[in-house]
Amino acid sequence: MRFLNRSAGRLSRHRRTPLAGALVLVLGLLFTGGLYSAFSPGASAGETNTTAEDIQSGKELFINGCSFCHGQNGEGVLTASGDQYGPPLADVGAASVDFQVGTGRMPLVQPGQQAERKPPVYNEEETLQLAAYVDSLGTGPAIPDESNYTLPETNEDGTAFDKEAAISRGGQIFLTNCTACHNFDGQGGAMPRGGYAPTLRGVEPKYVYEALLTGPQSMPSFSNGNLAPDQKRDVIAYLEATDEQPSYGGFGLGSLGPVSEGIFAWIIGIGGLVGFAVWIAAHTTRSTRSKTSTAVDHGDLA
Amino acid sequence: MSIQPDKPSGEVAKVSDPLPDPGLPAHTWRPTDVDEGLAKRAERQVAGFFAASAVFTVLFFVSYFVFKVGDDWDVTGGLGASTVALGLTLGLALLCIGVGIIQWARKLMTDQEIMEMRHPARSSDEDREASLAALNVGLEESGIARRPLIRNSLFGAIGVIALAPIVLLRDLGPTPSQVENEEEGLGLEHTIWKAGKRVVRDVVGTPIRAADLQIGDLVNAVPDGMFQLEGTELQVQKAKAAVIVVRMEPEEIVPGPGREDWSVEGIVCYSKICTHVGCPISLYERTTHHVLCPCHQSTFDLADSAKVVFGPAARELPQLPLSVDDEGFLVAQSDFTEPVGPSYWGRGQ
Repeated sequence: MRFLNRSAGRLSRHRRTPLAGALVLVLGLLFTGGLYSAFSPGASAGETNTTAEDIQSGKELFINGCSFCHGQNGEGVLTASGDQYGPPLADVGAASVDFQVGTGRMPLVQPGQQAERKPPVYNEEETLQLAAYVDSLGTGPAIPDESNYTLPETNEDGTAFDKEAAISRGGQIFLTNCTACHNFDGQGGAMPRGGYAPTLRGVEPKYVYEALLTGPQSMPSFSNGNLAPDQKRDVIAYLEATDEQPSYGGFGLGSLGPVSEGIFAWIIGIGGLVGFAVWIAAHTTRSTRSKTSTAVDHGDLA
Repeated sequence: MSIQPDKPSGEVAKVSDPLPDPGLPAHTWRPTDVDEGLAKRAERQVAGFFAASAVFTVLFFVSYFVFKVGDDWDVTGGLGASTVALGLTLGLALLCIGVGIIQWARKLMTDQEIMEMRHPARSSDEDREASLAALNVGLEESGIARRPLIRNSLFGAIGVIALAPIVLLRDLGPTPSQVENEEEGLGLEHTIWKAGKRVVRDVVGTPIRAADLQIGDLVNAVPDGMFQLEGTELQVQKAKAAVIVVRMEPEEIVPGPGREDWSVEGIVCYSKICTHVGCPISLYERTTHHVLCPCHQSTFDLADSAKVVFGPAARELPQLPLSVDDEGFLVAQSDFTEPVGPSYWGRGQ
């Protein structure tokens, strides 16, 4: 007992050290994390096959994770001033949920101008359950199948499919419809009021297709009545083809055109030349010896 | 002091050598000047750099022929091998010549300080008189003073020639006939949009069924028949007739006066050419209905007659009146009711 008291007293003596705060924080985080993993629905959700079960599990996930902003039945939430806090989800469809949750954009860290891509919070199965639930609320595009965004090997009549032609067609469509925001190389770009169009480089074909279908955040949509499914497929094929393409002309410098190239040329190129010139002029060696009188004396020129 | 106070103001007395010219400091020699061995070594270094440059140039030729370009590039580290090799070898060849010359100048060429006094810019009096005399003889012999007809007709010819570049300025602006030919969509005031002409998707050229578009859709579109044009005519007509079509909730649209029936179920169509300096714009946000020009950040509100909400553009984007034909495809009601694109002299407001 006396030993316990003594150790408690020793602990208490250290309670104001700088490390104490950090230690309490770590312990608190561990405790909450433990509680979360014990009680979170994801941990207890079993292997589900039927759609009805998917929808039910999706609903539970939704109530827990999404309803604060989107309403308990996905009807959306308005602020006191009538602004939209979280938009209604009745007709967004499964594709939208799969894109937003699958790329980690939802749940948002905080309301703001931009929903950023980050590691997803829900695993693949939970995402599908959420998508199944939101899809059951109304109409909306379904999650595309892999055949939607992969070039076929053969045409319907069995002849070989001309992939080169599809990629070049996709490039034309991309340059007309996408480059205004996403940059001519798909690197993304700035948007009004602090937003930005994200890069398309390295984005999975499924998510590009879903983004085209549903128009996430500020992006206009390219529904099937706008851009036919085959044309969306060609755009994705173009993006993949250019992804794999080495940059033949040398370093792309972010493919930002004259901005980054100009900065490189003026700071590194010209700056380097100026630095070299200074270095050359500043370093010179002189001898303490002088020429013997028999040597040719250039002093006559003076 | 060199200024004498009893002299009239503005005149300065000449005083010989108020501050004696210190002259050049004594020359200090470089190691290569005093040691023949070091000079020989520097000579070999310079020659070495020039030789290395020649080697790199030969490697440049080699890499030009060795690395494959075209359909099947050789690749090194994600870059085109040919580009990298050509750039490196040619760059190093030039650099070696430069380094060699610098080394030559700093180690071996004489660096003895010399002085050269400035000579007067004025010619000598004899030269000036001789030149004037020669000029006067020439003028006298040409008879330009005695024969005014020749002189005056020469001045007249030069004056007429000066008009030539002024006449060429006409190409900068539209001629009345170009402005007035509405039927062919010529000039700055007209495009090839006409009543009943279908709105088709750019690149693919398919018509757009109004019912197929969803809220939030953006279509980059052109008039039907655009792709039958070729060459310059295609470029000129597309530069004027390109449009963007967007669909929003019908109640979000604030129609301008007289434009109540210009939209179809929330589908509106505007010129794609910015009214500031004519960049094509389709940087559209579905949430705000704003379209932004990336050149100078002019922002237009497509829900409100494309009025300018930000940036240097002076006028809203011209709106194309839309309707649907019998088959449900989007068509134009007429041409634009005002000229598209940037302002020009005589455009009017």
